[in-house]
Amino acid sequence: MPDADTDAREPDHEVSDAEPSRPEPSRPVADEVAAAVVGRFPGTVFADSHGQAVVYVERAHWHDVAEYLRDSEQFTQCMDVTAVDHLVDTARDVPDGVIGERFEVVANFLSHPRNRRIRAICEVPAGEPEVASLVDLYPGLAFAEREVLDLFGLVFAGHPDPTRILMPDDWIGHPLRKDDAPARVPVTFKGDPSPR
Amino acid sequence: MSRDTQLGTPERGRLEAQTDEGAQELQPLNAAARERELVMTGGVWPDIDDTMIINMGPQHPSTHGVLRIMMELNGETVLRAKPVIGYLHTGMEKTGEELTYVQGGTNVTRMDYASPLSNELVFALAVERLLDVDVPERATWIRMMLVELNRMSSHLLFQATNGMDLGAVSMMIYGWRERERTLRLLEMITGLRMNHNFIRPGGVAADLPDDWRLETLELCEQVEAGVREYDELLTENPIWRERTVGVGHITTEQALALGATGPILRSTGFAWDLRKAQPYLAYDAVDFDVIYTENGDVFDRFQIRLYEILESIKIVRQCVDAMPAGDYRAQDRKVTPPPRERIDESMEALIHHFKLFTEGFRVPPGETYATVESPRGEIGCYLVSDGSAKPVRLHIRGPSFYNLQSMDAMVPGALFADAVAIISSLDPIMGEVDR
Repeated sequence: MPDADTDAREPDHEVSDAEPSRPEPSRPVADEVAAAVVGRFPGTVFADSHGQAVVYVERAHWHDVAEYLRDSEQFTQCMDVTAVDHLVDTARDVPDGVIGERFEVVANFLSHPRNRRIRAICEVPAGEPEVASLVDLYPGLAFAEREVLDLFGLVFAGHPDPTRILMPDDWIGHPLRKDDAPARVPVTFKGDPSPR
Repeated sequence: MSRDTQLGTPERGRLEAQTDEGAQELQPLNAAARERELVMTGGVWPDIDDTMIINMGPQHPSTHGVLRIMMELNGETVLRAKPVIGYLHTGMEKTGEELTYVQGGTNVTRMDYASPLSNELVFALAVERLLDVDVPERATWIRMMLVELNRMSSHLLFQATNGMDLGAVSMMIYGWRERERTLRLLEMITGLRMNHNFIRPGGVAADLPDDWRLETLELCEQVEAGVREYDELLTENPIWRERTVGVGHITTEQALALGATGPILRSTGFAWDLRKAQPYLAYDAVDFDVIYTENGDVFDRFQIRLYEILESIKIVRQCVDAMPAGDYRAQDRKVTPPPRERIDESMEALIHHFKLFTEGFRVPPGETYATVESPRGEIGCYLVSDGSAKPVRLHIRGPSFYNLQSMDAMVPGALFADAVAIISSLDPIMGEVDR
């Protein structure tokens, strides 16, 4: 269903003519932590996203990168793990060197001693929605990864308790996927004609 | 398209095969699972097999909404607790993808309903970063003042409910009294007691009303007097200390590992406050202290929230003194609506107004993560745009969602009655946990 709501997106009301600036692929990595990650893990791409350091990590290195950030770069807390479904994006913003897949898993790391953040993004194909769990490194991600599993159907290999967290246990489907239509649950409002 | 053919069925089987507890059920742990639990929480397991599993909630009055806690007990001692959430899940992140950025504020403000302005602020900051819009100085200071007033009302709510949970029922009345005064001021400024939708991308919705200085300073005095009263009532009260000191202990390492932020992290002696560490708005221009304590127990978390009210009052007073003149929102016609008078005289303004409220504004493609120190800890907004007027993904990192997990480390060894104190000291807001 790629034509989700084209009527609300008129093409002729442009904000500006200028294309958003994209990072140059050949530019040296300005961020020291990102440079270390890029140098250490082949296939990793650095991007500067509105002043925030972002590394696009290959799926095979997902756990290793987190372990490296925690043990060698003093990233004391992983604030958040979430995911994005890019099924119907009209303009996908992926830096050069990254092959955009349908899903992205996003982790935000915070280092208290160094007072800085870094974000790691991992492309996950729709055919094999699985990525390594980081719960053994950051136990606080147990809820967050369950939420992603519940709402996106991405499996975190090695998660100690991979169950649904927000939706009912017998729910079928994953609500935050773009092909999961909203408001289709039969509720007690009788005669409700159709989903909006 | 039927749901069964669509997705999920193979994963579902895999899920069921992988979990050793069954979906959302708590069963006595086997040896391997106990080992894992011990590593994570540092608890101590008795050498018995005769434990009892008890459910608390989701309709228990001390669970602050619809939180359900499953606890494994040995006699009256709690061995572990597992929060079961989702009873208030209303799909707000999915709704956020269906609303334009102009409408988005009405959605996010309902997540953490005790501090709605923090939610609006973090959403507005994320949108503004993607848009690259500068906010006028006055708008920044209005935002800061409102967020601090909201921090006061949120912590006053905590004082009230915390007192009620521990049997100090008069405390509930006192806390509610001061909170109501704060909400009345917020109503005067924003038009609503809660769910304000006042902080919007580009600035705030309206300028401050007449007499705001007088009213704000009066409120500061009232709340300050109230806080002194609570301090007198509770801090040295032997019954209160008996219930709270040493209960629900957590170390800095555990708090960091479990993703706890805000008063819970600060109660362990770790002075981390985003307002100081990574200043946003104009927090580097005001003078305030980060409140932290060393013991990491229920009493310390009560103290931190009590004294944070005083720090917020300090900031609000500085805002009143230093409030700069100028615009209360960016005058960028593509982001903020034109002044009402312009609509009568300018066709352009009318068109801008109409476009803005029918289709919204477009945000350049990109992604960002904005953070704000809410009364409960770090609230984050991860926003992805594809260049249209609606976000591709709107994710809110709710501090309560993570803080709730630190209960794992607090309950082992506590009495059943202490569990109530511990839940209360986490100050979870279920709207934000379940979203």
